[in-house]
Amino acid sequence: MLKIHQLHKSYPIGDSSLHVLKGIDLNVEDGEMVAIMGSSGSGKSTLLNIIGMLDEADSGDYILDGLPIKNLTEKKAALYRNKFLGFIFQSFNLINYKNALENVALPLYYQGMKRKERQEKAMFHLEKVGLADWAHHLPKELSGGQNQRVAIARALAANPKLLLADEPTGALDSTTSYDIMAFIQQLNDEGKTILMVTHEEDIANMCKRIVKLRDGVIMEDKKIKQVRVQQHV
Amino acid sequence: MFDLDLWREIFQSINKNRTRSLLSGFTVAFAILLFAILFGISNGLQNYFTEAFGTDANNSIVIFPGMTTKAHKGLQAGRLIRFKNEDHDFIMDEFGDKVQYMTSKVNRNVTATFKGEKSNYQLRAVHPEYMFIENNVVSEGRYVNQNDLDRKTKVAVIGKVVNDELFAKENAIGKYVSLNGISFKVVGIFTDDEGDNEERVIYVPLTTAQFLYGNTDFIDFMHLTYNPEMNSDAALAFGTAITKKLKERFSVARSDQRAIRVHNMAQGTKQVDMMTFWLTVIIFIIGMGTLIAGVVGISNIMIFIVKERTKEIGIRKALGASPKSIVSMILLESILITTIAGYVGLLIGVGVLEWVGPSLEQYYIKDPYVSTRLVVGATITLIIAGAIAGYFPASRASKIKPIVALRND
Repeated sequence: MLKIHQLHKSYPIGDSSLHVLKGIDLNVEDGEMVAIMGSSGSGKSTLLNIIGMLDEADSGDYILDGLPIKNLTEKKAALYRNKFLGFIFQSFNLINYKNALENVALPLYYQGMKRKERQEKAMFHLEKVGLADWAHHLPKELSGGQNQRVAIARALAANPKLLLADEPTGALDSTTSYDIMAFIQQLNDEGKTILMVTHEEDIANMCKRIVKLRDGVIMEDKKIKQVRVQQHV
Repeated sequence: MFDLDLWREIFQSINKNRTRSLLSGFTVAFAILLFAILFGISNGLQNYFTEAFGTDANNSIVIFPGMTTKAHKGLQAGRLIRFKNEDHDFIMDEFGDKVQYMTSKVNRNVTATFKGEKSNYQLRAVHPEYMFIENNVVSEGRYVNQNDLDRKTKVAVIGKVVNDELFAKENAIGKYVSLNGISFKVVGIFTDDEGDNEERVIYVPLTTAQFLYGNTDFIDFMHLTYNPEMNSDAALAFGTAITKKLKERFSVARSDQRAIRVHNMAQGTKQVDMMTFWLTVIIFIIGMGTLIAGVVGISNIMIFIVKERTKEIGIRKALGASPKSIVSMILLESILITTIAGYVGLLIGVGVLEWVGPSLEQYYIKDPYVSTRLVVGATITLIIAGAIAGYFPASRASKIKPIVALRND
């Protein structure tokens, strides 16, 4: 599913530059659920952003589902993001003037799907996250957990191969966090490959594999026994 | 290709961000409104001044004879200059190509009587061309013609006021009116839009008057209009040339100011021209200023809008929006708002001009009016300016890595 070889990334800071990723090697198979851990500044978010084609690596290889991701035009990157990736952000990143249904339907809009079809599809995914009754509410009328579920529904809408989550529970209390995690586990059970950045040990333990980053290199990469969360909606 | 979904996105964005949309719309509408009103007012000012100078030919030159004040070529000071028919011909010979119409005149005050009605009027003995110089309109009958001059016929063309006062009960045409005891046949009635004073006048053929008042060929003064294609400078030079020639002809010292006086309307025309010119310049500056203010305003708003939407752009890009779709979304929204707002501004501006226009005449503004083409042009300028001003930040924002845009919390 995902092959990364000798990935480097640095950011210019004034005259000097900050070397954030110093040669990352990572392989992720289909159906895995990987937690990327590390203290802040370890490069975990940068890695996720490069995987998500939101950012570009300076050097190294990145092959996603057999496609080399390199020197993409903006248009191509947009197309790949839309087709292959679903994003879940810490701050949800919903469009505030669109209701839940419209937010979920947005990736489908960029796929060029017909309005009726994409609304049906969006509704289906909203039902899946248990928010069908809230379809016509704006993000500000929903709780944090509900917003994150809308975001998950949006990430799922385009039926991506890979789900990328950047601190998906970072803005939520622990009960809500566990709800969300239970849901993500369920998605993984259904076969979705999931890559998640977190710095919380308990959240990481709910994944199947933990990759620990420190100062831009992988310190540790181990498979773990997944801690299952009981979903109590 | 009409993309319904794109427009739906745009309408939603406009509708859900009302403050922003109203703000940018207001800027454009206000700029167009001001533009229309300012242009209307200055057009009104110009109309007023054009009309204030009446329909009298404003390219006319009047030449009066006077009395010499200086001795010259052995002739004494205090000599009376009088024009004759041959002087009229002299000017036509010398300057014929520059003259549009020319008439000589003899003026008298006469007492006119008809069937017991009696009143005093001004009698003007003229050439037929005088009709064009004064812009008289013959409402009934005819004007003095060349035949009258050749045959020295006793015919009169009377002003509307004369007609109303003397011929209240019957049609004047064909009747005989007595002017200082001499009978003239009324052949025409004229009107003059300069008002009553110009209609308390009776015209008779010049030759008839010369014959009746002493059988001379003297004329009181000469009145001509110069070729209207001449600009005011050329017209002033023409006036000077006439003066010079006539002074030579009558052996008058060049510095003698009173022997021959030439009253040239070009003097005033030149001033009016100057004023109109400066008015146009001021209008232009004001118009450009308003337009520039509008352009700056809409540019600022576009930059602000793009800034405000950076995060949204980031989200859309993360979800698979191409840079092109981002730019077209922002630009079409801005063009739509500017177009509608510009149209609203245009309607209000033209409406205000229509509404208050008639009451502005006391402030020297008549028929304030602005051409639709001009305002539409101004609106299009603003739309283009808004699109250009929006394009650069939008295109830059569409190229930002989504992660940078998203970080912008």
